[in-house]
Amino acid sequence: MAAQAKGGRQATAAPTSPYAIELKGISKAFGPVQANKDINIQVPRGTIHGIIGENGAGKSTLMSILYGFYRADSGQILINGTPTAIPDSQSAIRAGIGMVFQHFKLVQNFTVLENVILGAEDGPMLNSSLTKARKVLADLSREYELDVNPDALIEDLSVGHQQRVEILKALYRQADILILDEPTGVLTPEEADHLFRILKGLKDQGKTIILITHKLREIMEATDHVSVMRRGTMVATVKTAESSPESLAELMVGRKVLLEVEKGPAKVGQTVLTVENLSVKDEHGVVRLKGVSFEIKAGEILGIAGVAGNGQSELLEALGGIARASGRIALNGTNLPLTGAKANGQTRRAAGISHVPEDRQALGLIMDFAAWENVAFGYHNAPEYQKNPLIMDNAAIWADTEKKMATYDVRPPIPSLPAKSFSGGNQQKIVVAREMERNPDLLLIGQPTRGVDIGAIEFIHKQIIALRDQGKAILLVSVELDEIMSLSDRIAVMFDGQLMGFRDPETTNERELGLMMAGMNGKAAT
Amino acid sequence: MDYATLLQMLDATLRLATPLLLACLAGLYSERAGVFDIGLEGKMLMAAMSSAAVAALTGSVWVGLLAGIGGSLLFALVHGVASITFRGNQLIAGVALNFVASGVTVLIAQDLFQQGGRTAALTGAARFAQIDLPFAESLRAVPILGPFYAEVLSGHTILVYVALLLVPLTWWVLFRTRFGLRLRAVGENPASVDTAGVSVVRLRYTAVLITGVLCGLAGAYMATGLQAGFGREMTAGRGYIALAALIFAKWRPWYCLYATLLFGFLQALALRPDVIERVVGVNVPIPALDALPYILTVVVLAGLVGKATPPRAGGEAYVKER
Repeated sequence: MAAQAKGGRQATAAPTSPYAIELKGISKAFGPVQANKDINIQVPRGTIHGIIGENGAGKSTLMSILYGFYRADSGQILINGTPTAIPDSQSAIRAGIGMVFQHFKLVQNFTVLENVILGAEDGPMLNSSLTKARKVLADLSREYELDVNPDALIEDLSVGHQQRVEILKALYRQADILILDEPTGVLTPEEADHLFRILKGLKDQGKTIILITHKLREIMEATDHVSVMRRGTMVATVKTAESSPESLAELMVGRKVLLEVEKGPAKVGQTVLTVENLSVKDEHGVVRLKGVSFEIKAGEILGIAGVAGNGQSELLEALGGIARASGRIALNGTNLPLTGAKANGQTRRAAGISHVPEDRQALGLIMDFAAWENVAFGYHNAPEYQKNPLIMDNAAIWADTEKKMATYDVRPPIPSLPAKSFSGGNQQKIVVAREMERNPDLLLIGQPTRGVDIGAIEFIHKQIIALRDQGKAILLVSVELDEIMSLSDRIAVMFDGQLMGFRDPETTNERELGLMMAGMNGKAAT
Repeated sequence: MDYATLLQMLDATLRLATPLLLACLAGLYSERAGVFDIGLEGKMLMAAMSSAAVAALTGSVWVGLLAGIGGSLLFALVHGVASITFRGNQLIAGVALNFVASGVTVLIAQDLFQQGGRTAALTGAARFAQIDLPFAESLRAVPILGPFYAEVLSGHTILVYVALLLVPLTWWVLFRTRFGLRLRAVGENPASVDTAGVSVVRLRYTAVLITGVLCGLAGAYMATGLQAGFGREMTAGRGYIALAALIFAKWRPWYCLYATLLFGFLQALALRPDVIERVVGVNVPIPALDALPYILTVVVLAGLVGKATPPRAGGEAYVKER
């Protein structure tokens, strides 16, 4: 109770309810879309409560209602047993709720201290607030393993440290309830473990934590209870100890899901891709990819693991003909141009390389264009799409789109719908269908399941394995270690633009890969 | 060039730099809050006309000054409504206001005074008088510094001193107060301010209105201090020069002072072709000298003076996501 007395809020003066948060009959619609339907949930004080669900299941909407970003159409919010109106973020903060967003809300060129006091200053002058915050921060760091240099600029901090600043911000505002939205998406496994230790520490101090994630493993590891959302409704709340990943996945999707990828041993053929000493500079002249060399053989998946921003994107872009590079790449023994007008996506496709880019909304699709137009992009000069040299055969593209939508189970199967109207998973299926159906020798695929529903993940993984079994070479880049470990035949870890080494998925483990992802040589460490 | 001439030129520099400095600081508030303001020019013009017209009609420069601030504030408010409330394009809104100001000022002046779009010439109490700083005459005897104090620093109108004081004041507000912290934050990442429970809209309106007040001072100084009345397009691109100075100054108050003094010095040079001829030994045509500040503006805006990072959220209306 000491922690709560500090807050001095009336709601916490006499906590009559065992629940920190109770939501009763919360509903919220955006136009015709019912994002939340009659949601009921009870979160006991001093527990870690997980909320899982596919994209668009309504998790984020629900938390935004709780943090005052949206107002519910109907329903009631009870904080510590007291009905509380939360019309804006200020009210949420006053009610003791703190939120750590997936995309941090930090001012990049401010110091940690300035970010922490922003909006919670004590008076019109800054000096006293800064002095007080420095002291409070020192106490909090000691108590919860939340070390950050208070005078560091945010832009100089790692993502993991930036996240700690977000947590400190909430604690500085004396939050008793902490909501974290997909907190581990940008963290290395080490950093994620550290985060969960912090959360456990907070829980032991009586704080209530809501953890929103789509990673079943984290739910199993960190939470006491878990609520599952599907299509705007709360389908179940269970004790984590009494559930299993399989049963939760089934609740999320509404049918049985295969979590393990089924694949036979690789039947490796001849070398398809040779990469030697490949380097890429970005537009500021900073070397992002530093002399990378590897080979991929037919019928093999090479998985590149690593924390986002360590040169994986540049590798994909250099191979895909988007970024200028130096070094050598050869496909089936033929060198491909790395600079000049000949180095582009068109010539790469002609050579037999298909590319499912990491950022499908920026590079893979034109969001305002219809699905059938998107299916033709990049292959719009293909002979089967032409009526004659001047006029495209739109009917042929349309028919091809219908066929691909059926094969790849794109929902809804309407070719005229703009790309932005599909869910993330279905957008990805459109890109994957376009690229895989071209029967490439080499498939480059980046973050194949980022923001994709668990049902669609299963489907996309199966397609990747099927392509490999047809004897194609596949370069898979993903920040999801699980995905890398289950799909790859060989794993390479990237750190700071270099390959830290190759590992066999059968013999390596997450700890070793995690250390390599943090720049430590896994071999030396084990 | 002798010392006396140099002092004369520095005196002119300070006089000419003042409207630039006021407009530059005006732009600093708005842009630091994330609202790009290309409409400094229009607001200055509006303020110049309103202040000159009202000063001429009432005979009081102070009432004129208030009217100038009012005219500028009106335009600032329109810019705020367009770019904050309705999330319109900030640059286009600013350009539109400049066009409106260019036309409407002449229209009103012509309607009131029938002097071809000019206001009546201001005399006496309808203009700001020069202020002699204490001991200016008695200290003149002190070598070097004495004449500098008497010639350059002393003998300006009140608005020159207000502009100079606004530099440390702005620095203090920006970096030592809660308002300044929030203002800088809203220009860098408005979502951080919004999630902290502070209104982005209110902060940006406050900033835009401060810009209006300072542009009002700049325009009023042009018409009632620097000159004696309003004339068609009398600001002559000073709003744009101030904008260039703001970029040159990397959106920092003290650098704003240095940058506008540089521009002011170039303008002062154009007034003394005789000095140029004596120093350089060639007769530089006056139009070439007149062009100097504008040439520097182009150079600055082309990014030839090093990289200046504008406030990160500048130019974009804030739309709450999720």
